[in-house]
Amino acid sequence: MNETSQRGKLKVFLGYAAGSGKTYQMLEEGQELLRRGVDVVIGYFEPHGRKDTIAMTEGIPLIPRRTLEYRGTAFQEMDTAAILARRPEVCLVDEFPHTNVPGCERNKRWEDVEAILDAGIDVYTTMNVQHLESLNDQIWQITGVRVRETIPDWVLAQAAEVVMVDVTPRALLNRMERGVVYAPDKAKKALENFFQESHLAALRELALRQTAHEVDSRQTLNDGMDVNPGGATMDGQDPDSQERLLIYVTSEPSSAELIRRGKRVADYVHAECFAVSVCPSAELKNMSATQREAIERHLNFARNLHIETRLLPGEDPAEALVSFARLHEVTQIFVGRPRYSAWSPLLGRNFVHRVVRLARNMQVTIVAERHRGASAARS
Amino acid sequence: MEAEEWYARRGRLKVFLGYASGVGKSFRMFDEARRRRERGQDVVVVALQPVRSQEVNDLVEAIPEIPARLVDGVPVIDVDAVLRRHPEVCVVDGLAWDNPPGSHNAKRWQDVQQLLQAGISVLGSVNLQYIEELGDQVEKLTGKRSRHTIPRSFLNTADEIVVVDAPANFQLELQNRDVTDPGAASRQQKLSELRELALVLAADVVDQQLEQYLERHGIQELWGTQERILVCLTPRANAATMLTSGRRNADRFHGELIACYVEQPDLSQDDRVALEANLERARAMDAQVKMLYGEDPIAVIIGFARERGITQIFIGHSLKESWRDRTWGGPVDRLIRAADGIDVRVFPH
Repeated sequence: MNETSQRGKLKVFLGYAAGSGKTYQMLEEGQELLRRGVDVVIGYFEPHGRKDTIAMTEGIPLIPRRTLEYRGTAFQEMDTAAILARRPEVCLVDEFPHTNVPGCERNKRWEDVEAILDAGIDVYTTMNVQHLESLNDQIWQITGVRVRETIPDWVLAQAAEVVMVDVTPRALLNRMERGVVYAPDKAKKALENFFQESHLAALRELALRQTAHEVDSRQTLNDGMDVNPGGATMDGQDPDSQERLLIYVTSEPSSAELIRRGKRVADYVHAECFAVSVCPSAELKNMSATQREAIERHLNFARNLHIETRLLPGEDPAEALVSFARLHEVTQIFVGRPRYSAWSPLLGRNFVHRVVRLARNMQVTIVAERHRGASAARS
Repeated sequence: MEAEEWYARRGRLKVFLGYASGVGKSFRMFDEARRRRERGQDVVVVALQPVRSQEVNDLVEAIPEIPARLVDGVPVIDVDAVLRRHPEVCVVDGLAWDNPPGSHNAKRWQDVQQLLQAGISVLGSVNLQYIEELGDQVEKLTGKRSRHTIPRSFLNTADEIVVVDAPANFQLELQNRDVTDPGAASRQQKLSELRELALVLAADVVDQQLEQYLERHGIQELWGTQERILVCLTPRANAATMLTSGRRNADRFHGELIACYVEQPDLSQDDRVALEANLERARAMDAQVKMLYGEDPIAVIIGFARERGITQIFIGHSLKESWRDRTWGGPVDRLIRAADGIDVRVFPH
């Protein structure tokens, strides 16, 4: 996708929980645009029954949603075609990570937004940090929730502006409590609050760091003189980058976490990023169908995150991996941590060890799966 | 329990942190004061900025005030009057002021501490450039250094800290959507770096508070919200590469860099010299240096890593291994095996 001067600008209001005021702030800025005579419309708005938020929409033209039927139920979605036909200067779109109901042209709302931007319309949108793809494992580790609706990091990276909508966890909890009836089981509630508050604090920290990172990438992009290259280009293309990172993908379920972690590191240090998998003699037949599917799924996942992927033939995975790395001047190889069993003392012969020995002048990072809860107690 | 009791009696401090004037901190703070009053809290303004926007003024007018006393032309919080009146909440617009010589407290933040100790809660605002520990970084960006500061340790005692964030072009944006002023770009660049500093500062404060919070509740968890890199130094390790890479990664992730060495008995003179050079290099690169002791270096490193919430361990690996290590697995293999939940990066040397 080539950047053209006609493409619309994306502005993201980033938060870390429902009720933090993202939508309110977006609408507030919409009102400011309206006052200045900018042609601004609401493309999608989720009122959630909040009175002051609804009041903020007053005067901003609303593009009606369209209704689709799926399995006998009516769903309301953003009417992207109507927005494109209306051609406003700025379009406000709530809930960026939303997944559309089957039957829409596009699966994801962020894909709809891409189309709107492509038409030269600026978009303001809202999202929580937990929907960012590369943070998926950490979010799970903190909250125990596996977020399904994710946005690839490059989508956020191409935003012209990311603004943190900050509120403290305590204020958030107070807000919630003011709205609910006093719970009879006080102790239970206190306990719940404790977990809620610590989780919220951790999510908030992630949102603050992510915004700092977004600000950082944009500085270096805006300033052509800077020796530190900007990392926010869409494919991690960076003429000054010294680093190249290679992720080794297998059929193991942990590959998804490995890919996310590798890509995140690559983005932060402005490295180019590849992902490869190795299969014996270009012969996928010997593999079980489920294994084959898993590898294809993982490589496909990597491509969606804008990682260049290859499926390499080779009898010896370690050898094939390192040869590819050498050929492409890779500086760092990412592999998953082996699954150790108590009765395998021949550690020196394992895959990781061979990669380390063969890689000679390259760095090898062994990525460990993150655990929930008592990770600190393990050893 | 004493600490708990003290904490329960103390007033609550909430700080609104901005990175430049005009970003809207005062507005956010007085807006909260207004809402608290509407909910029935007894809120009083005790210090105001000399220059205020119309929007802020409109909010301020509706809140009762205990005016600051003017001493040698400097506004000083009237602590005695506030203590007598003993409101529930005080609003202090501008935490970083020096009181004139001869005042009971040299700094306004010490006045605030006194109010907190008396059980009065405080809403306060401050700009990034007034944080003492950030003086060098801010001066490098803006060429200016503020004499009036508050220490980071005071900020750490805040029960809540809110970042008032806005894009660095917010001031320009209000006037015109297309900015062609030639000085605008470099001004925006500086503002944007200040903005990044403010976000990271807030994240670090949140991280510390989260750690204390979890500790208070006896929970040991490794959430890795902040990247912490541990570089394991030895006399022969390729320390320069490991530390350079560690520094770069820590900076990019706005994380921490720590270097450690596990004390070994009977080092040769040459090794001792090489090790000292490596440790010196680590300090020069602004890494925290930690000496560790114990019989089993791997166990010591892993123990330390868990205690400090390390997310990545950097370790050197010699290409010349003994047949024994090749067959049974050397220290690097043992480290990888033990580092459950922590990434390990192996550097050749």
